[in-house]
Amino acid sequence: MLTLESVTYRYAGAPHPSLHEVSLQLHDGEVLGLVGASEAGKTTLCLVASGLAPRTVGGTLTGRLLLNGEDAAALPMHELAGRIGIAFASPATQLSGVAATVYEEVAFGPMNLGVPRPELIARTEEALAALRIEALADRDPARLSGGQQQLVAIAGLLALRPAHLVLDEPTAQLDPAGTAMVATALAALAANGASILIAEQKTGLLAGICTRVVALEAGRAVLDGVAAEILADPRLTRLGVAPPAAVRLRRQAGESNLPAAVLARLDEGLEAER
Amino acid sequence: MLTALAVILPALAGRILGRLLRTALLLTLPIAVSVLVVNLFFFPAGREILFQVGPIRATAEGLGFALETLARIGAISGAITLFYLTTPPSELVLDLEHRGISPRVAFVALASVQTIPALVERASTITAAQRARGLDTEGSVWRRLRGVLPLAGPVLLGSITEVEERTMALEARGFTRPGRRTLLWWPPDSSHQRLARWLLVLAVPLLVVARALGWLGWLG
Repeated sequence: MLTLESVTYRYAGAPHPSLHEVSLQLHDGEVLGLVGASEAGKTTLCLVASGLAPRTVGGTLTGRLLLNGEDAAALPMHELAGRIGIAFASPATQLSGVAATVYEEVAFGPMNLGVPRPELIARTEEALAALRIEALADRDPARLSGGQQQLVAIAGLLALRPAHLVLDEPTAQLDPAGTAMVATALAALAANGASILIAEQKTGLLAGICTRVVALEAGRAVLDGVAAEILADPRLTRLGVAPPAAVRLRRQAGESNLPAAVLARLDEGLEAER
Repeated sequence: MLTALAVILPALAGRILGRLLRTALLLTLPIAVSVLVVNLFFFPAGREILFQVGPIRATAEGLGFALETLARIGAISGAITLFYLTTPPSELVLDLEHRGISPRVAFVALASVQTIPALVERASTITAAQRARGLDTEGSVWRRLRGVLPLAGPVLLGSITEVEERTMALEARGFTRPGRRTLLWWPPDSSHQRLARWLLVLAVPLLVVARALGWLGWLG
């Protein structure tokens, strides 16, 4: 379990904290969605939850990050890397820059951790298969499209087999097919017991894979609850978050004086879709 | 002569002689022309006049010295080109890491080589963006020079600001773990290659001694 205990974080040189007293628990096998307008603190929360802020980023933090009750501040960074994986929105900077092929790029993380060679190969091939990018294995990562690079970066993360995953808008550059592939891979990971924190603007994606959703506003967690309820909450729009298309459709249908039987069929259809 | 043979024979075996000659020639052409002109016409110890252009005399001693220097330059550039054409940097660094150099040194060496194409690509994107906003990057030399500053600034600053995110991504992938890392593969090293390396190492002192004693004659 990954726990944030009353976390307040301020970037170096910033006049105000970017996160205020945020507490959340991420249970094993849980997929937690993080929504909010730009500058609401989603990226900052991802950096704190992955242990990169303040260690690598600088700044000041009060409160604690706990991994199964153990204070993450006491763990060396490379040990955290094996436990928490993080992916960012921009693919180019996440690639190692030294791998000649996608295969080597995906293997880069476990190579650093000194994973024995047979396991290294097994992990790499499993990660490539999870995102169905085996066909890219021999390509030069620098010559891929932004979306393909993002899939490679996520595969590199999966190869680390972390117990906790933190993803900051991982599908920002992906087409619908790529987004669906990432969603399937994440759902499979969660089913195997990994806990996932995912900040996303695509609420439709969150509706499909999240069990819980937290909404941030100006660095504070203002809504926290079951995904279906939070994503259908009318306050979400006020926070600058577009609800999933299904929610907007149901809302408009409800306001259109349609017969109850039609609405019931619509609900059944939306439920099946979800 | 020996160096030329040592370059040409492996290039022939590797079927890259054409590319080797083209690249080595391109590399050495500007310096070769200046060496030839300066020595042919202005060699101080030149006595035997080959021909005369106005007050300037071309001498046989100058020509001899120029050809000797050219042979040396050709040997050096040939050896460097042979190394460049037969050894991909990534394989060299992997092999060095396999032989025990620190993974960080290997990373820095590889990253510097791999960064160049990325920088070139970034520069071309920025050039396109600046041109779309009216920057003139064609025409006279002065105009092109004026276009360099708005290009160099974003290329360098962009690379620097990316460093933080790259650092975070590397840390999150266990790069800072002390000790050796697992290598996925390393270039194969056959017994023939090992033998060839040892022979080359042995050849160096032998050739130095032979040259000093004057045994090599026109070969060296």
